Amino acid sequence: MVDSTVMREVTLTLPMLPDMEIAASKTATALAEFMEMSSDKIDEVRMAVVEACINSFEHSKADDRKVEISFVVLGDEDPERLQITIRDSGVGFAPDTLKRPRIEDKFKEKSKRGWGLTIIKGLMDEVDIHSGPNGTTIVMSKLR
Amino acid sequence: MTEMLKVTVDRRPPLAVIYTEGYINNQGGEEIARVAYDLIESNHTTLLLNLKGTKIVNSIGISILIEIIEKMLEIDGQLAFCNLTPTIEKTFHIMGLAQYAKIFADEEVAFGELTA
Repeated sequence: MVDSTVMREVTLTLPMLPDMEIAASKTATALAEFMEMSSDKIDEVRMAVVEACINSFEHSKADDRKVEISFVVLGDEDPERLQITIRDSGVGFAPDTLKRPRIEDKFKEKSKRGWGLTIIKGLMDEVDIHSGPNGTTIVMSKLR
Repeated sequence: MTEMLKVTVDRRPPLAVIYTEGYINNQGGEEIARVAYDLIESNHTTLLLNLKGTKIVNSIGISILIEIIEKMLEIDGQLAFCNLTPTIEKTFHIMGLAQYAKIFADEEVAFGELTA
């Protein structure tokens, strides 16, 4: 990750309630617009944020039913990178053991779900996942 | 917090076009599925999902669309999409949906191919 100055930072604490992911996506959109990202990149960031929130809401089993999100615009003279960190205090998981979903397999399975991380990795430039018994943190970023 | 997805249908047998307006989440996906299964019951074997009014979807909503694609494959029918945002189209490619559901730029192009 490039060393850069924090040009703007916003933090949110969201309750794990239906459609709260949209509140997070609106904040991401506002910051990406400040950076003058292309509309396609803004949409990609927005969708990745939605997926990361839903993952926490659905799978974290966090007792506090909250997710903390920080949005940081990094750059030197101009904004260069939007870094978004999504943190929950849930039970965690082992990201390395997750099998990449395949649609051919999903047709045979009762549950068609399990796409969140695949979508996030496909839409963002960098994604790091740290997970353990005290929770999960996803750090993802998009270059302008 | 967000409004329910609005779904409307234009029946042009054997094809039917499903129009959406709003966020396709789990409730939105279920509403599309309800409409799609009604259309299948009334012998529409080709469904075109026009997402012009949808700018955001989530993976739970898309997983319900996969169920519809699976159902269409079972009856030798097809589900196709048109008017996708570039991000939704990219997401469908990431997930592999594009192998099982045709994606068209707009309704005119879709009609030309699906009714040929």
